[in-house]
Amino acid sequence: MEFLVAGAIAILTGCGIYLMLRGRTFPVVLGLCLLSYAVNLFIIAMGRLWIAVPPLVADGADGYADPLPQALVLTAIVIGFATTGFAIELALALRGATGTDHVDGKEPRP
Amino acid sequence: MNHAVIVPVLLPALAAVLIVLVGDQRLRVQRALGLLSCAGLAIVALGALGHTALGAIEVYRLGAWPAPFGIALVLDRLAALMLALTALVALATVAAAMIGPEPWDARGRFFHAFFQFQLMGLNGAFLTGDLFNLFVFFEVLLVASYCLLLHGRGAERLRAGFHYVAVNLAASALFLLAIAALYAVTGTLNLADLALQVPRLAPKDVPIARAAALVLLVVFAVKAAVFPLYLWLPRAYATASPPVAALFAIMTKVGVYAILRVHGLVFGPDAGGSALVAGPWLLVGAVATVALGAFGAFAAAGLARMAAYLTIASVGTLLVGVAVFSPASLSAALYYLLHSTLALAALFLLAERIATQRGGDGFGPRPPLAQPAVLGVALAVAAVSIAGLPPLSGFVGKLALLQATGSLPATPVLWTALLGAGLASTIAFARAGSALFWKTADGGAPPMRASWGSLAPMVALLACSAALAIFAAPVKRYTDATARQLADWRLYAPRILRESGPRSARPFPPRANP
Repeated sequence: MEFLVAGAIAILTGCGIYLMLRGRTFPVVLGLCLLSYAVNLFIIAMGRLWIAVPPLVADGADGYADPLPQALVLTAIVIGFATTGFAIELALALRGATGTDHVDGKEPRP
Repeated sequence: MNHAVIVPVLLPALAAVLIVLVGDQRLRVQRALGLLSCAGLAIVALGALGHTALGAIEVYRLGAWPAPFGIALVLDRLAALMLALTALVALATVAAAMIGPEPWDARGRFFHAFFQFQLMGLNGAFLTGDLFNLFVFFEVLLVASYCLLLHGRGAERLRAGFHYVAVNLAASALFLLAIAALYAVTGTLNLADLALQVPRLAPKDVPIARAAALVLLVVFAVKAAVFPLYLWLPRAYATASPPVAALFAIMTKVGVYAILRVHGLVFGPDAGGSALVAGPWLLVGAVATVALGAFGAFAAAGLARMAAYLTIASVGTLLVGVAVFSPASLSAALYYLLHSTLALAALFLLAERIATQRGGDGFGPRPPLAQPAVLGVALAVAAVSIAGLPPLSGFVGKLALLQATGSLPATPVLWTALLGAGLASTIAFARAGSALFWKTADGGAPPMRASWGSLAPMVALLACSAALAIFAAPVKRYTDATARQLADWRLYAPRILRESGPRSARPFPPRANP
């Protein structure tokens, strides 16, 4: 399971960084999204990986998962969602104002 | 528990919500609310300064949860100093935004609401004693700063804005990464608890903590615009509306503040295996930043852009003091922080007044100014202060910094960078002054004179900068005491945790993975 989770985080991060380095605004926003997904998975994994244990008090449980990273990740998801929405809106405004979707706001010279 | 500690966060939040409720049409009510909130913040910050001057550390536990489990706000000398500085700059910039022939707050919607949210984020970041809460307040101030940066629109501002947003979103992802890694090895995110846990880490966990510390350094370096992570700053600051740029003079200082809190205290000199992990990187970065800021100021084609590069140089100068991590150098850096924020905020406001009268920001030939005497004197005062010439506050700050870094292996490099930057900014200011005031071209309508009222915020900031030099002894005594408190911070940590001793926030010891 560790390998699967670590591999998923690695692939997401790799794709995110590749897309972030692209020259058009939409891939950049997608890359930021993928990177934040990778980070969210990473936060959960940092509370250790657990299977079939309750996060909070339950009768007859012999162990508990760490609830704090789950709370952290909720906050991170909410903030990431809001900022991504803002970035998309900004990219649209940039496209409208400059007529191009290049991140520099002008087409590169061929 | 003293509920006044949370007022600097709640007051702007309340004011912002009220401003949104008042609505778009009633600008005068919005302005009154914004001014009232800023004045209130200034009063509270003065109270905080007085309260902490005797060495008290006020801890406010949100929801009365004991410290490592709940979030704690910590008001110490450093936090009070930053609150006071923020309130002062905010008061001047919010006033600057509402006066003038075409006031900036009328050129877009909800300027004052975003301004208050920005203050809430800044104050929260200075007060919080929890690393994840620091991330949350960083996001609050960043989202508000995105909106303020774009205020008034314009394609150039959108271009700079997209870079700024993308860079900061990537930095936020890195911030979360480092927080999670640090939590994995220490089981806590409270800064006081972290300071106690990090020195006791098992040897196998130390590399992870060191890696997390360095990732955090990258994040804070992006916020502080340290070389080579400064690329977003010059364009963003030069295109932002001037009152916003003046407020942003304090934004880079938030990055420096976070470096001071995290790398100076948690990963400080007595942090065991990860002690001073940021030191060498920080010193190299600081010197490179000073050099780059000085070169940029030389090459800038307009006063606003020059001010942006001087902001970068001031961050580098500050970081030289922080990177040495001695009480004397920290005290000098804090004094320089006060000075540079006030002087640069004044310079951004001044750049706007000069640009309006000349009809553009560039150094090329333009119609002559309507008030060369007033603006010229103001520019000369700002130049003397920022370049670090006697008798103004920049000189005092730089002298203290040179004294504090006088006996290190790296002294020749540091002194060369600091003095060279002073020389370079003097020449850059001389060039700017001669171009702005003497390189004139005929034609065009005679420029409008700026009223005294519209110059008042800039003059007030310059006067504060001068007062910093006149009252250098008491201010320096306060920063000395602040630096001493930071040096002994590990002794205070148990008190922040309410004498319960260090405990992991993790409810149960981690067991072997299933």
